[in-house]
Amino acid sequence: MADTTVLLEFVEKLKAENAAWIADVKEAFSEVTVFVPRESIVDVCWVLKTEHGFDMLADLCGADRGPEEDPRFEVNYHLFSTKHKNRLRLKVLLSEDEPNVGTVTTVWKTADWHERETYDLFGVIFDGHPDLRRILLPSDFDGHALRKDYPLRGYEPYSLS
Amino acid sequence: MSVAVENIPSQFEVLDESLDSQMTLSMGPQHPSTHGVLRLDLRLDGELVVKAIPDIGYLHTGMEKLFEYKKYQQGIVITDRMDYLNPLGNNLAYVMAAEKLLDLEIPERAQVIRVLMCELQRIASHMVWLGTHCLDIGAMSVFFYCFRQREKILNLIESASGGRMTPSYFRIGGLMMDLPAGFERRVRQFLEGFPEAMTTFETLVTGNTIWQSRTMGIGIISGEEAIDWGLTGPCLRGSGVDLDLRRDNPYTGYETYDFEVPVETDGDVWARFKVRMRECYESYKIVRQALDRLKPGPTKADAPKIVLPDRDDMRKHMDSLIHHFLIVAEGFNVPEGEVYHAIEASKGELGVYMKSNGGPKPERVHFRGPSFVNLQALPVMSEGEMVADVVAIIGSLDIVLGEIDR
Amino acid sequence: MGLENSLWESLPDVVTVKLDAVINWARKSSIWPATFGLACCAIEMMNSVSARNDLSRFGAETFRASPRQADVMIVSGRVSRKMAPVLRRIYDQMPEPKWVISMGACATSGGVFDNYAIVQGVDKIVPVDIYIPGCPPRPEMLVHAIMMLQEKIMKESVKDRYDTFEEESRKSIVPGTLPVTEGTALEKETEIEVAQNKVSRPYTIPSRHERRKSS
Repeated sequence: MADTTVLLEFVEKLKAENAAWIADVKEAFSEVTVFVPRESIVDVCWVLKTEHGFDMLADLCGADRGPEEDPRFEVNYHLFSTKHKNRLRLKVLLSEDEPNVGTVTTVWKTADWHERETYDLFGVIFDGHPDLRRILLPSDFDGHALRKDYPLRGYEPYSLS
Repeated sequence: MSVAVENIPSQFEVLDESLDSQMTLSMGPQHPSTHGVLRLDLRLDGELVVKAIPDIGYLHTGMEKLFEYKKYQQGIVITDRMDYLNPLGNNLAYVMAAEKLLDLEIPERAQVIRVLMCELQRIASHMVWLGTHCLDIGAMSVFFYCFRQREKILNLIESASGGRMTPSYFRIGGLMMDLPAGFERRVRQFLEGFPEAMTTFETLVTGNTIWQSRTMGIGIISGEEAIDWGLTGPCLRGSGVDLDLRRDNPYTGYETYDFEVPVETDGDVWARFKVRMRECYESYKIVRQALDRLKPGPTKADAPKIVLPDRDDMRKHMDSLIHHFLIVAEGFNVPEGEVYHAIEASKGELGVYMKSNGGPKPERVHFRGPSFVNLQALPVMSEGEMVADVVAIIGSLDIVLGEIDR
Repeated sequence: MGLENSLWESLPDVVTVKLDAVINWARKSSIWPATFGLACCAIEMMNSVSARNDLSRFGAETFRASPRQADVMIVSGRVSRKMAPVLRRIYDQMPEPKWVISMGACATSGGVFDNYAIVQGVDKIVPVDIYIPGCPPRPEMLVHAIMMLQEKIMKESVKDRYDTFEEESRKSIVPGTLPVTEGTALEKETEIEVAQNKVSRPYTIPSRHERRKSS
């Protein structure tokens, strides 16, 4: 299990660079989560990639806290470094009225499909994404399937016509 | 249409779009060499690929939604059907994420058995890859030899778990049950014949000049680009990046095993092929070491409220019976929080993001499938190649659509 | 070998026999399945032709990639809503006589995946002849299903099996879910009409097979 002190050092360095980049830091289960305001996520990712060696975006996924919560959506960025083999999680919170966040496809190319998947299943809109359309579900699908208020069995049973 | 002679480009030059000679070819979703239901939108210029756009989702199963409606133990069953060539790897990733949330200590014997089974499964997965990869390129007989080896491993897994392809053998807090009698002997029996089988493959495939000319220099991706596209597993190691989570982010005691991480620098189909072939030998080594370490002991963690009690115990002790009833009927509460756990599956980094809200069902489970990310790099690799080479590249990526679409 | 040497001795030159019996016998002895691999079951389907469960013993080893050359469609795995029109289209492309085997719990009833994405049983799309339980079924069970299908074929009549040349089934329209990118999408005019809500997405091919009971 990785030691979190190394990760907290990275967070300190980030904080020294620009204190507005970090809204909150949470440490649990020997993992560090950094809450980032949505305006600065692209900058933070860029700095982490170019200066601190987090050269791989291992995963990007959304989460829904439920329709009554505000902010409702989370977008999690799991960063990984092939150099010093550490993992860091960035988290952006989004409200239901304005589920927009800047795209990180400019930082890592791999974010392309991850963001499309998050858009498809949660309806989070990634501003500036080159090709934001549904990826897993058919293009005429109604709604966003992984939202908590979407019923498990869909709105109507399947028929071919 | 007629084209002036000086406008005809050389063989390896992609045609100018203004020549208006591009053709769109829809490959799949029902195509024997797309390993399932992948659809490719190929923009062709003669036989050269100008652009390849993968279209996925034809096997979208809604698993991530389903996890939210299942208790933690029930979710293991769903993971089996995700990457169906490497179900034990999926089980392990899911189970370990839950164990991280619960802070469980897994007994030594269970850990060794997990390593043993995972490596056997890795060999089985690579056997399917080799068989279908060869089938795609046109070597039919390798397929039969590979499936013969795989059948032996499936028999071993079946004897331990009861299922051939969907074992659900790893449970939160340990294993479903201990290994059956004589399992060790049967594994050793399999291992005895395995190097010989590998020699057969090497003779059939590696030394074959047709194979070499179909794979060498095809679908090249550089190391930096591979990292940028998030490639993991053999696809990344084929591009010269030395990264293996078993060694770099060790779990279930992999750091105590002696094995090498094969790395090739060419970044083409041939390099990825070589990496996987060498990985089979490494897995073989790990299985042998794990067999030597098997000592009698408990296979379940000491957590009666989470781990199902033994049948014997239930007949004798009242509290065991109550625990069993509660776990099955109501499940167990998992502390609030979120974890991301990644393991090295046979295709690359298999990550699980699990978020708990304190109840018996997870709030969100997300799988980072290695095939999903690896497939994304297909357009980069196949640009400028021939149509027939696209088939070879898909084979070398070793994708499983069940994991891509989830 | 063997049988031919003694047949001419023991049988007369002319044999009277029911046409159905002869044709069905020929049909059942060389069933060519279409490779319709969807999910986990597809691996077991591949396994059934491999060395251990040699399916060719029953005349069904020639897996055809083209539906136009196939007799039986083995739906091996879960059918998602995105895949369903494609599956139906492939079924329509197969020439008569054709049969469908629904392999595994997911194809038969949706299996464990009772949710928005999966069609709850492939029999909602195509008529099914044989259902195989199991998740996934063992290769032996697929072999058994092929043998059951052979028994079923022997009971059929040639009269029920002929191609239909209906106008609709000849029309080549790309199913609504197939296209990804502009250009390869629906035919342009149709796309506009769909956008204006004049017509629904064109994928309805009424054919005889739909009306045929899958006993």
